[in-house]
Amino acid sequence: MKLIIAIIQPHRLEQVKKELYKEEVNLITVSEVLGHGRQKGITEVYRGAKETGNLLRKIRLEIAVNDSFLNRTIQAIVRGAKTGSTGDGKIFVMDLQECIRIRTEEKGPVAIG
Amino acid sequence: MVNGADTVFVLFSAALVMLMTPGLALFYGGMVRRKNILSVLMQCFAALCLLSVWWMLFGYSLAFGPSAGFWGGLQWLGLNGVGSQPFADYSSTIPHTAFMIFQAMFAIITPALIAGAFAERIKFSAFLVFTILWSTFVYAPLCHWVWGSGGWLKAMGVLDFAGGIVVHTSAGIAALLTAIFIGKRKELEHTPAPHNLPFVVLGTGLLWFGWFGFNAGSALAANGIAVNAFVTTNASAAAAGISWAILEWVRNGKPTVFGIVTGSIAGLATITPCAGYVSPMSALVIGFCASVVCFIGVAILKPKFNYDDSLDAFGVHGIGGILGTLAVGLFASKAVNPAGADGLFYGNIKQLFIQGFGILVATAYTVVVTTLVYKFVDIFLGMRVKETEELMGLDITQHRERAYTVLE
Repeated sequence: MKLIIAIIQPHRLEQVKKELYKEEVNLITVSEVLGHGRQKGITEVYRGAKETGNLLRKIRLEIAVNDSFLNRTIQAIVRGAKTGSTGDGKIFVMDLQECIRIRTEEKGPVAIG
Repeated sequence: MVNGADTVFVLFSAALVMLMTPGLALFYGGMVRRKNILSVLMQCFAALCLLSVWWMLFGYSLAFGPSAGFWGGLQWLGLNGVGSQPFADYSSTIPHTAFMIFQAMFAIITPALIAGAFAERIKFSAFLVFTILWSTFVYAPLCHWVWGSGGWLKAMGVLDFAGGIVVHTSAGIAALLTAIFIGKRKELEHTPAPHNLPFVVLGTGLLWFGWFGFNAGSALAANGIAVNAFVTTNASAAAAGISWAILEWVRNGKPTVFGIVTGSIAGLATITPCAGYVSPMSALVIGFCASVVCFIGVAILKPKFNYDDSLDAFGVHGIGGILGTLAVGLFASKAVNPAGADGLFYGNIKQLFIQGFGILVATAYTVVVTTLVYKFVDIFLGMRVKETEELMGLDITQHRERAYTVLE
């Protein structure tokens, strides 16, 4: 079992969701986060004066998958989120120790899907 | 002879109508997704600034200058000759400038109403050009025909107390067309829920408040007809709010906040042409019917014909304006307003045909000229933003600002 955490551009969320559904990955958690990578910041105009803030809005996806789903989930996120410019985001993959479905108390791979 | 009470009343009404445009901005702004609220507020505010100037330089003369022609005469360009003396054709008891500024507020809110149709995907620069051209080529002539000295629809006896044809039918029809031309919003699996319903309610409150100036003020005097318009306005808004909520309760299981306020706006739009011609009891009937008809437009026709009128500018204002204009032909009574006419229910079937003719002319003219204006701006500037800009939101891409912060 793996836990995938992906940080993507907010405006790519709909496309990423579409790609995930195509791969039958239907279980995702989405949150709005702030962060920056190497591009560090944008410029906003405040009543005509330029101001620079350096935290950008991003979307954080959390997806727990069984090993057999790992590659296609990653591919789906890449297909949906990639624009080719800086700020497209990152995908992190980590081992997942345990997964419990609260309703039935099932554990392990069967609880993920 | 200038009458102090009338002048105070009309100036106060003008201020009330001015507040409707920011009210409309909040009403619409709450409905869009949060990445687009500023773009809607900006469009309404820009219309307020831009059209105020346009009205003084050209608009007022084109709409109200005495003339039997297509536009009003050009004698009042730059407010030349528009002074503190009354102009008797419009009102003999208030300064001409008071009438001018009262009417300015109507010219401002009309194009702002259209913004509901193409919200969340229009390019700001194109919106500005479209607004000026539309006001010049659609609003000004229609306003002249129905309300202006020498206007031909006015001479035929078409009655439009406060703008059922001039404001709501014209803006509603233009909204329907522009929604179709600009196309649907991208990446929408379902209609997005309003991002801030309290704003929608606040906006409705301001609109209802301002509408007293819109309708009662259209009497242009502090008299019984103004009071009648005030009461009918409140009656129709209330009745329409109730009937929309009941329809939802029966059809969808729950009455919603969004529904009751939408109903009230439909009632306000519908009573607009009738306000000074019908009795308060007729206004209750008109209000109840307004929500039924607009509900059909919004909940049944729109999905069926599959156009994306984002904020129901046509479904509420267009349909309401047309319905109200016809309702004048049914419910108008000379007992309420001797300067008006009797409608069908008071034994005069002719007025209904005159009202219907007025709508046909306004609709046909609006369709043709709005199409020309839209296509013209689309060719030279492009009406729609790029897909990425649309997905990122208009606030950041058109104005480089955001309405809400995540962290300080």
